[in-house]
Amino acid sequence: MIPELQPWMLLIVAMIVFTIGLLGVIVRKNLLIMLMSIELMLNSVNLCFVAFSRIHHLVEGDLTALFVMTVAAAESAVGLGLVIALFRTLRTVDSDQIQMLRD
Amino acid sequence: MNLGFFAFCVFSTIAIFGALSVVLKKNPVSSAFALVMVFFAFAGLYALIGAHLIAALQILVYTGAIMVLFVFVIMLLNQDTPVNDLKESSGLFKGVAALALAGLAMILIHTVLRAQDIVAVGQLTEEKITAQGGNLRVVSEALFSDHVFHFELTSFLLLGAIVSTVALAKRKTALGGES
Repeated sequence: MIPELQPWMLLIVAMIVFTIGLLGVIVRKNLLIMLMSIELMLNSVNLCFVAFSRIHHLVEGDLTALFVMTVAAAESAVGLGLVIALFRTLRTVDSDQIQMLRD
Repeated sequence: MNLGFFAFCVFSTIAIFGALSVVLKKNPVSSAFALVMVFFAFAGLYALIGAHLIAALQILVYTGAIMVLFVFVIMLLNQDTPVNDLKESSGLFKGVAALALAGLAMILIHTVLRAQDIVAVGQLTEEKITAQGGNLRVVSEALFSDHVFHFELTSFLLLGAIVSTVALAKRKTALGGES
């Protein structure tokens, strides 16, 4: 017996991917991989919005997912610009090496 | 044979294993390509659930624009592969982190299980969306009528992002002026 595809099943995938993304931000030291993990989290939240939009029979979740996509594009552009500016001064993308305020 | 559920299993497996390899791969280029895989799997999931506009935009915006940006920056930085990238931490910190993770997982599982018996508040069921001309038409009409102000506001956001990125990436010359 194979069940029908229900919208709440997507929430499980979104939950797992969000947790993996959070783990990536906490565990990794490479700033690029941290940004990629943030993208993973934003994507899983998008999936949640669309799934809840289907569950509630509304269309607003789809629209919110669109706006989240815009914010994600802006965020990754600014974040990567920051990474490049940082690499120019410190010659590294290791987040543990950013300690100019300490010394 | 239920094709929808089968495709859901395939796409979600790709998404979860791709996400794991984004986090665990040592080389940033491998992580970037795993991230492309995750984005495609998510686009498949959106298409399965009937959000066709979001599925198309996912491929265009994420795999088309954001991933190109990531790959360009990886190419620009041209760094050697770091050997030990994972953060090291004390035993107490690991214990606290495990507790926090367990709490987060319990909250998330509780929410997911509660989502099964949500009472729908809207009227747009699957059949009604099809009768009104499909997901793309319904979403576009809502976007350009009720939510047009928010849509216009995103242009300011993108303009701000462009200006700040240019200001960040501008190289200072030795004389103190900007070139």
